[in-house]
This record gives sequence, structure tokens and C-alpha cells, in this order.
Amino acid sequence: MIEIEKVRKSFGPLEVLKGIDLTVAKGEVLTVIGGSGSGKSTLLTCINGLEPIDSGRILVDGVEVHAKSTNLNKLRQKIGIVFQQWNAFPHLTVLENVMLAPRKVLGRSKAEAEAEAEKQLKHVGLGDKLSVYPARLSGGQQQRMAIARALAMGPSYMLFDEVTSALDPMLVGEVLDTLRLLASEGMTMICVTHEMKFAREVSDRVAFFHQGIMAEIAPPEELFGAPKTAELEKFLAATH
Amino acid sequence: MFETAMTAKDFWMLVQGAGMTLLVTAISVAIGTVVGVICGIFRFQAGPWWAIPVTFVLDVCRSVPLLIQLSLAFAFVTAVLKLRISGFSVACGVLSLYTAAYCSEIVRGALESVPPNTRRAGRSLGMTWLQDMRYIALPLASRVALPSWIGLSLGVMKDSALIYVVNVSELMKSTKDLITRLQEPLFLLLLCGVFYFVISFPVARFGSYLEKRWSND
Ligand SMILES: Nc1ncnc2c1ncn2[C@@H]1O[C@H](COP(=O)(O)OP(=O)(O)O)[C@@H](O)[C@H]1O
Ligand SMILES: [Mg+2]
Repeated sequence: MIEIEKVRKSFGPLEVLKGIDLTVAKGEVLTVIGGSGSGKSTLLTCINGLEPIDSGRILVDGVEVHAKSTNLNKLRQKIGIVFQQWNAFPHLTVLENVMLAPRKVLGRSKAEAEAEAEKQLKHVGLGDKLSVYPARLSGGQQQRMAIARALAMGPSYMLFDEVTSALDPMLVGEVLDTLRLLASEGMTMICVTHEMKFAREVSDRVAFFHQGIMAEIAPPEELFGAPKTAELEKFLAATH
Repeated sequence: MFETAMTAKDFWMLVQGAGMTLLVTAISVAIGTVVGVICGIFRFQAGPWWAIPVTFVLDVCRSVPLLIQLSLAFAFVTAVLKLRISGFSVACGVLSLYTAAYCSEIVRGALESVPPNTRRAGRSLGMTWLQDMRYIALPLASRVALPSWIGLSLGVMKDSALIYVVNVSELMKSTKDLITRLQEPLFLLLLCGVFYFVISFPVARFGSYLEKRWSND
């Protein structure tokens, strides 16, 4: 379970998160929508401790992310995150990209790590690209590799930050299909996305962020069917 | 074309000089690279403010002419500290620092060229700072740094010609001694140039070999 309590966060004078309260249960798929600059990415990077917060707290399985005593490297093994820019390790093959963290962080043997990496890469449809370098992959393939790389750590939670936004429209589908597959397998996910159709289909709940505040949160039919705030109405009208 | 009075023994003297050049260069580049990488990482990580003392020392090494550094260092350790240290050790020490100064600059620049997002991806997988450095940042940075580092090594090899001021008989000094004795400057300088080429060439080739090997696409 991810529990976010009264989280505030500023970059200098700019308050980006203005008191976020949110709980994501095991197995839930939450999508987060909202205009650019509303704090969606910041929230995700706070959840796995890549960014510090100013006040409030975030608990992952009961462990406070920003407590001094928390071993972040350990905690991050539970929380996979995939960014808009796929961030392949360009000096490693696809297989090595996926094997690296399990070997060095989890201390897996080469054979174990290789077997797991191969399994995850097949899972996302890259079984035939194992020994290729990332530069040879399309954006969609690199993004799926990044997903496999995160999955190979055996995370309990997956955070996706606009993973299709930097892709050619033609390649969006294959990555969304991978996310759908994960959702159907019961992975707990927080997906920041601009794909409203996707959000409608896979989400248990959808959260709408506006200027650092979670303005609305509801199951998709409700949120898309009957927006309560003028901001959401405006946002939805603009995205159609 | 060349009528020379040079004997096999004279030639052997040049070979020994070349060997000395190679030895001093190898030692200085090895030590200088290790120190340079450490200083480069420190300067990159600490930010410009904390790095000021290190940067200052390295800047001095880069801006004071090598000839002056060598003479001063030699005078300092022998006359002031009264240590019985060979010119060879002083030469290696000064050249190592000189290499370290340039190397740290190369390393810092190369680390800055690694996209922060790539490193962030590493950290988000649970890697520690050190693991990220070792398996992601440094490998990527070395690809960027390689051409400059090869250039630096070749440069140090040529600059090592100056260590004659601390009485080390490297290639250039041996050549000059022979010129004085045999009075055949053109021939000897040409030969000396060939020697420099012969010892530099493998390094340059090795560099392009690595460059090719490391281009992953
Ligand atoms: N590292 C940072 N330093 C300063 N400002 C930042 C930083 N990261 C994000 N911001 C600012 O915080 C605001 C929210 O950013 P972000 O969380 O990326 O929004 P979103 O993902 O919803 O588009 C933006 O105005 C952005 O410019
Ligand atoms: Mg964003």
C-alpha cells in the first residue's frame, strides 16, 4: 500500500505539491491526469525518494520513504519507475540493461539474472532483441525495455510517468498494450498519462491534478462522466 | 643519402633514451590518470564551490610551464627539503601531477556529458551512488573522454622531452648529446622523430581500436 499524507513540496519559491492526500491499495491501478506543470511527475519522484519533500509523509508498505533511517536503495527495489524518456543504458545490450540491477543490487548470479531478464524481455515482446544495443531499437521498443528492466527487480509497485508521450503515435499502442498486460496481471500501478482512452479502460480510479492540488479522484466512469470541478471540465474539453 | 659516423653503441643510447621516455610517460600517465579520475569525480560531485582548493592546485599545474615546474620542484626537494631524490622521481612526480590536472578536467567534463536522466534511471533501480558511478556514469564518461585522454597521453610523451632539466636522459636528451658529439643534427633529429613516432603510434592505434569497440550501435 502506498499512503501519501499531506505532502507538500516546493522548488525554490514555487510550490509544486500543495498538500496531497492519496492512498493506493495493493492491486489498484491509478491513473493520474492533469495539465503540464501540475506536479504529477514530482509526486512520482517523491514516492520513490528521488526527490525530498518539505512536509507530510509517504509510506510504502508502512515504511516512511523520507525518514532518515530508511534505506532508499532497498526501498526502491520495491518501486519500479519508468520515465517519459526511456533512459536506456546505451553501453549495454538489451539483455545487459535488464540484468545489471538484479546482479549488482540484488546480488543474483549471472545465470539467474539472465534467465529472469530473458523472461521479462519476452514478456514485453522483446525476446528477439536480447543481444542488440539500445541504439538499434525504436522508441517503443526502448520504452518496453525500460519496463522490463524495472520489472526484473520484482517490484511490488510500478510508477509510469507519461511513458508514451515521447513516442511516435504509431508506437504508442505497443507500450500501452504492455501496461494493460501488467494491469491485468494485478500489478499495483500509478500511471501518469495523457491517453484518456487508456485511463478510462484500465483504471480503478483516476486522479486529476491541477496546480499542485489533487482536484478530483474517482472511478473513471464517474470522473469522466460527471466532472465536479470547472478545471476538470475545461481540461477534458481541451484533450478531446 | 646519409653518411653517418653513428655507431651501434650510439644507436643503443637512443633506444635507451626512448625506453626512458616511454617509462616516464607510462608511470606519469598511470599515476596521473588515477589521481585525475579521483579529482575529476570529486570536482564533479562536490560542485564548483567545494572543489575550489583542488581546482586551484590543478590550475597551477596546468598554467605554469612544465620546464619551470620541473626546475622548481627539483630545487625544492633537493635544496630546501634536503631529500636525496633522483631526477627521475622528481620528473615522474611533476609529470604525474601535470597529467592529473588535465585528466581531472577531461573526467569532469565527460561526467557532465552523461545525461542526468540516465543516472536517475540507475538510481531508481536501487543502485547506490557508487554502483551508478561504476556501472553507468564512468563507462559512459570514458567513451567521451577517450579521445582527449589519448591526446593527453601523447602530449605527455612529447612534453617529457623537458625532463632533461632534472638530468634524466630520455630520448631528446640522448639525441642532443649525440648531436653535440657527432655534429649530424639533421640525421639525428630525423631519427629521433622516427623514435617518437614508433612509440606513439601503438597508443594512437589502441585508442582508435577502443573507440571502435565502444561504439555500441
Ligand atoms: N528539479 C526541478 N527544479 C525546479 N523546478 C522543477 C523541478 N522539477 C519540476 N519543477 C517544476 O515543478 C512544476 C511541476 O513539475 P512536474 O511535476 O514535472 O509537472 P507535471 O509532471 O505535472 O507536468 C513545474 O512548474 C516544473 O517547472
Ligand atoms: Mg511530467
